[in-house]
Amino acid sequence: MTRMSFAEATRRALADEMRRDPLVWALGEDLVQGGIFGQYKGLAEEFGADRIVSTPISESTIMGAGLGAALCGTRPIVEMRIADFTLCAMDELVSQIAKVRYMFGGQGRAALVVRMPQGMWRNSAAQHSQCLEAWLTHIPGLVVAAPGTPADAAGLLKAAIRSDDPVVLMEPKNLWTSEGEVPEKVAPIPFGVARHAAAGDAATVVTWSATVPVAEQGALESGLACDVFDLRSLWPWDEAAVIASARRTRRLLVVHEAVTVSGFGAEVVARVVEALGPGGLAAVERLGAPRAPVPFSPPLEDSLRITPARVADAIRRLAAR
Amino acid sequence: MSGTSNETARRMAMLRDMARIRAFEREAVAAMREGKAPGVVHPSIGQEAVAVGVCANLRRADRITSTHRGHGHAIAKGADARAMMLELHGRAGGSCGGKGGSMHIADFAVGMLGANGVVGAGIPIACGAAQAIRLTKEDAIVACFFGDGAVNRGPFLEGMNWAALYRLPVLFVCEDNGFAAFTRNSAVTAGGGPAVRAEACGVPATGVDGEDALAVDAVAAELVARVRAGAGPQFLHAKCYRWEGHTGTDAAAYRPAEEAAAARQRDCIRRLAALLVAAGVSEGEIAALEAGAAAEMAGHRAAAMAAPWPDPGAAFTDVQDAGAPA
Ligand SMILES: Cc1ncc(C[n+]2csc(CCOP(=O)(O)OP(=O)(O)O)c2C)c(N)n1
Ligand SMILES: [Mg+2]
Repeated sequence: MTRMSFAEATRRALADEMRRDPLVWALGEDLVQGGIFGQYKGLAEEFGADRIVSTPISESTIMGAGLGAALCGTRPIVEMRIADFTLCAMDELVSQIAKVRYMFGGQGRAALVVRMPQGMWRNSAAQHSQCLEAWLTHIPGLVVAAPGTPADAAGLLKAAIRSDDPVVLMEPKNLWTSEGEVPEKVAPIPFGVARHAAAGDAATVVTWSATVPVAEQGALESGLACDVFDLRSLWPWDEAAVIASARRTRRLLVVHEAVTVSGFGAEVVARVVEALGPGGLAAVERLGAPRAPVPFSPPLEDSLRITPARVADAIRRLAAR
Repeated sequence: MSGTSNETARRMAMLRDMARIRAFEREAVAAMREGKAPGVVHPSIGQEAVAVGVCANLRRADRITSTHRGHGHAIAKGADARAMMLELHGRAGGSCGGKGGSMHIADFAVGMLGANGVVGAGIPIACGAAQAIRLTKEDAIVACFFGDGAVNRGPFLEGMNWAALYRLPVLFVCEDNGFAAFTRNSAVTAGGGPAVRAEACGVPATGVDGEDALAVDAVAAELVARVRAGAGPQFLHAKCYRWEGHTGTDAAAYRPAEEAAAARQRDCIRRLAALLVAAGVSEGEIAALEAGAAAEMAGHRAAAMAAPWPDPGAAFTDVQDAGAPA
């Protein structure tokens, strides 16, 4: 194990994959400069301008070209810079990439990765802070992963690159510089397998992406032993593990940075209730953002932020029921 | 003032606004570096002549759309610089109540329809503003500022075609500072560049030295007159140079230092000041003007630091009417 940042862990994972498979390449703005979080640093030097491609500010073509290149046998990494700019390429992602295999009767596949760092980071305000993972989990055809640790980010990136499905990888912007233990040899992490971050009976806590360290810390601060799951991938997601845990604890808390309303937490809760029946849970709560855009001013932004204290409070509320 | 003619007065007013923009940007960059202005500041130092030369030909009723590098456009259009500085600091009393920040300054009272965090997003908005102006028979036009990087986005093509098709009263202003973030824009742009693309859609284009305030003023005067006269959209391609990095903390290691140094030699403010001195304005008047601009913006920064934070409840206002957050 080596301690390294999110950016470094994914940089190494991508370099491994590019060495392993000459058909893996990446396209996006400023990639030759290393990407805005340094996650592509040095790759242009090693792999050349045909494989690390700095593009114009042309999101729809970055995304659409990724599809064309995938249909002709290469494995592109489509870099969106930040998830908000994916909104400039939504047709290419939702109506082209996600549909092509099905619509054309399985003749071809969009084996590509779309990386879109998301969420609040350094007071970036409403147009640069969104968490839209629920939009994408709603789209048949897409795999959606949202890692919360450097090791998982690296392992999921490898899995995404090797996957024949289109995989959306939503990296938490706020965690690029945060460090964690990463194995010397990173293995691909299968989609749909949660990381069991802590074990306990007081409540089942489900989270992903930027709120992973927050929820883990909150569970510690609650003083109650919780079953904490970092889903890592949202579609597919580890229903079996979460349902089994909730059956036992009868208390379910879902924590995510995205707006609570119609967030992926709603899907998690609904599936658990469907599986356990209406009386299967003693208490349930979703902890997410209010249905408001992300404001710029630090105290305003803070009022939306999920903190360990808020998670701990929610856990105590659930345990008391 | 020793210069007496109207022309000198107009040029002094332009110089004052350019100096105010530069002083504002210097304070903004310092505030970002010191961690006092949260988020990201994109300074327009070196490009002041474009904003001021264009806006010198606009009236209050005219509208502008702007970019992430939009402080200069806002100040040149007459936005409240104090409120802008408060906004950069995320304080109550900021242009947007602290909810927007540097990248989202807007001052609708002076026709400044908003900076934008999304490259190229102002272009369709400008087209729509122009359609509304036509519909309501307002006596106004729209100036749409965007960078050279924006010409590679689809909305650029759509907007040029649209404005030409409907002969809309829009002056498109491409501020070609040579860079799109950390990439030299020529490395990612094919063909003859912004002006050729505009003309291909039927929007007549004119090039100008964007570091020469009087040249920008003269060309903008001509183009604005055409737009006002109903000749349809016009395109101004202003060559300039981004002195600073992409943001206030980007050291711009990806370009030769000599290139930026050469651009600083072509300083649009010194060029205009020299012309004014040649026209009889004293060096002392110029220095006083610049000192006044610096003092104004330092004062705004001090005011921003002293201003209260917004009420936390403001995070949940102005979301929407029906179904607003509880
Ligand atoms: C649609 C979109 N893609 C990417 C970005 C990230 N970005 C912000 S500014 C910028 C460069 C813009 O270059 P240009 O249009 O020339 O404006 P300048 O920064 O030079 O003023 C980029 C790529 C963005 N804001 N919006
Ligand atoms: Mg530029």
